[in-house]
Amino acid sequence: MEKKFVMHFPPVLVDKPIISTIVRKYNLDFNILKAFVSPEEEGTLVIAFSGGEKDVNSAVSELKDEGVKIQMIESDIKMIRERCTDCSVCVGLCPVGALMMDKDTYEVKFTPEKCIACELCIRGCPTKAMVSTI
Amino acid sequence: MKTIKEINERIKEGKAVVVTADEVVELARTAPVKKIAKEVDVVTTGTFGPMCSSGVFLNFGHSKKRIKMGGGRVYLNGVPAYTGLAAVDVYVGATAIPDDDPRNSEHPGEFKYGGGHLIEDLVGGKEVEVVGSAYGTDCYPNKGLRTRITISDLNEAILFNPRNCYQNYNVAVNLSDKTIYTYMGVLKPRLGNANYCSAGQLSPLLKDPYLKTIGFGTRIFLGGGVGYVAWWGTQYNPSVKRRENGIPVGGAATLALIGDMKQMRPEYLKGASLTGYGTSLIVGIGIPIPVLNEEIIKWVSVTDEEIYAPIVDYSYDYPNSTGNVLGSVSYGELKSGKINFMGKSIPTGSLSSYKKAKEIAGILKEWIKSGEFLLTEPIFYFPGQDSGYKFKPMREV
Ligand code: SF4
Ligand code: SF4
Repeated sequence: MEKKFVMHFPPVLVDKPIISTIVRKYNLDFNILKAFVSPEEEGTLVIAFSGGEKDVNSAVSELKDEGVKIQMIESDIKMIRERCTDCSVCVGLCPVGALMMDKDTYEVKFTPEKCIACELCIRGCPTKAMVSTI
Repeated sequence: MKTIKEINERIKEGKAVVVTADEVVELARTAPVKKIAKEVDVVTTGTFGPMCSSGVFLNFGHSKKRIKMGGGRVYLNGVPAYTGLAAVDVYVGATAIPDDDPRNSEHPGEFKYGGGHLIEDLVGGKEVEVVGSAYGTDCYPNKGLRTRITISDLNEAILFNPRNCYQNYNVAVNLSDKTIYTYMGVLKPRLGNANYCSAGQLSPLLKDPYLKTIGFGTRIFLGGGVGYVAWWGTQYNPSVKRRENGIPVGGAATLALIGDMKQMRPEYLKGASLTGYGTSLIVGIGIPIPVLNEEIIKWVSVTDEEIYAPIVDYSYDYPNSTGNVLGSVSYGELKSGKINFMGKSIPTGSLSSYKKAKEIAGILKEWIKSGEFLLTEPIFYFPGQDSGYKFKPMREV
């Protein structure tokens, strides 16, 4: 199973390799979708964990114990292809490159695996082609 | 030198050579202008973007007990229509929204349904609810009615857009610290994204920058059907400064367009909801450019890399009409997905669909090639760069 999370690391934890320790311990695959450190030195990570359900849950609770604030990304964003006009106004809004324009066909493609459900595209799409299903 | 008449003869014989504007750009990279001018008869252009100054005239026919909705009120699917006309003629504009729409009371408003969506529904053959109220007269005694109609029940549905097809347009950015919601889309703070709205090298008026072939009466592709240029568009501004290749440095010419909406298609007339701004209509337009001489080939082969758009801040400069332009950038760079500006790499997005613009130019090309669409000689040409015609700001006293 795969689950996506937004994790906030307080400044004291930013430099520590806790993620690599945890994924090794629980034998998880991970995919970093977005990472940045704020001017206040708090780290934010949008990450997908995949592995056994129990292992993912244990890894998350252990990270919480270490002081990491964690929210699971639950909503599911979809593109309704018939409504999309391939304008690309969502492409410039998407913070993680989940919406990209194919340079050969000029078609806008949505990659759900990369999406962090920030919902910016939902507000930005003029034809309501991007929707959230929870 | 060719004439429109000669080109039409070739179209009728099925011999006309027609290429789309992006194809001619590619041709011109290798072939000399002279050769292209000799071989090509028509270049087709296309654009597909939100154009707020769009709307439709409708005539319902008369109810058994007559009603004079003129001077009264009419709602179509809740969208108010303009009734300052005769008894059963109305106009519905793309930005009209139901009286009970929450608008921006909870900012940014969603603007789920408005005139643009109503037009899309009508063109798509959907049934629409009509509610009319009137004050009643001796000859029109009915004071209220409620019915349902489709486009085929109407006597006329005349799409009439007073301003479409902007020749070049701003690139919108946001220099402020908060997200803003504009007609140019959602703009993230501190140059978080840059939105543009033009088909660039496919855009009709960028391919005939001095409107040497387009004028009153020009036959065009409009909303999936056939339409005509009805006048120059509102806010027409031919005196804008130009680069050497004739391309204006910012928004300049516009067109008013007209056509029978009954033969149009919902794929090319789409309702739009611009969060925090309002509703609009996305209009598909294609204009044929006859290759009358070599000069025209020079215009039509201008590439995205040679067309520049002004970058404007929509957090302060635009709302306060400061006239400030932050810089300029080519459509080539805009279409790459990122621009480098003020020391930042900024992701770009377009409100205008290049894919659809290409599709439209392609359809128009096929229409012409098949002999079913003939070119027109304009009845007259629009005021030019040196005419003194200018777009003025509002007089405020
Ligand atoms: S919700 Fe939309 S904008 Fe946000 S990450 Fe997903 S695709 Fe990108
Ligand atoms: S903004 Fe909407 S219509 Fe435009 S490309 Fe994205 S999903 Fe498609």
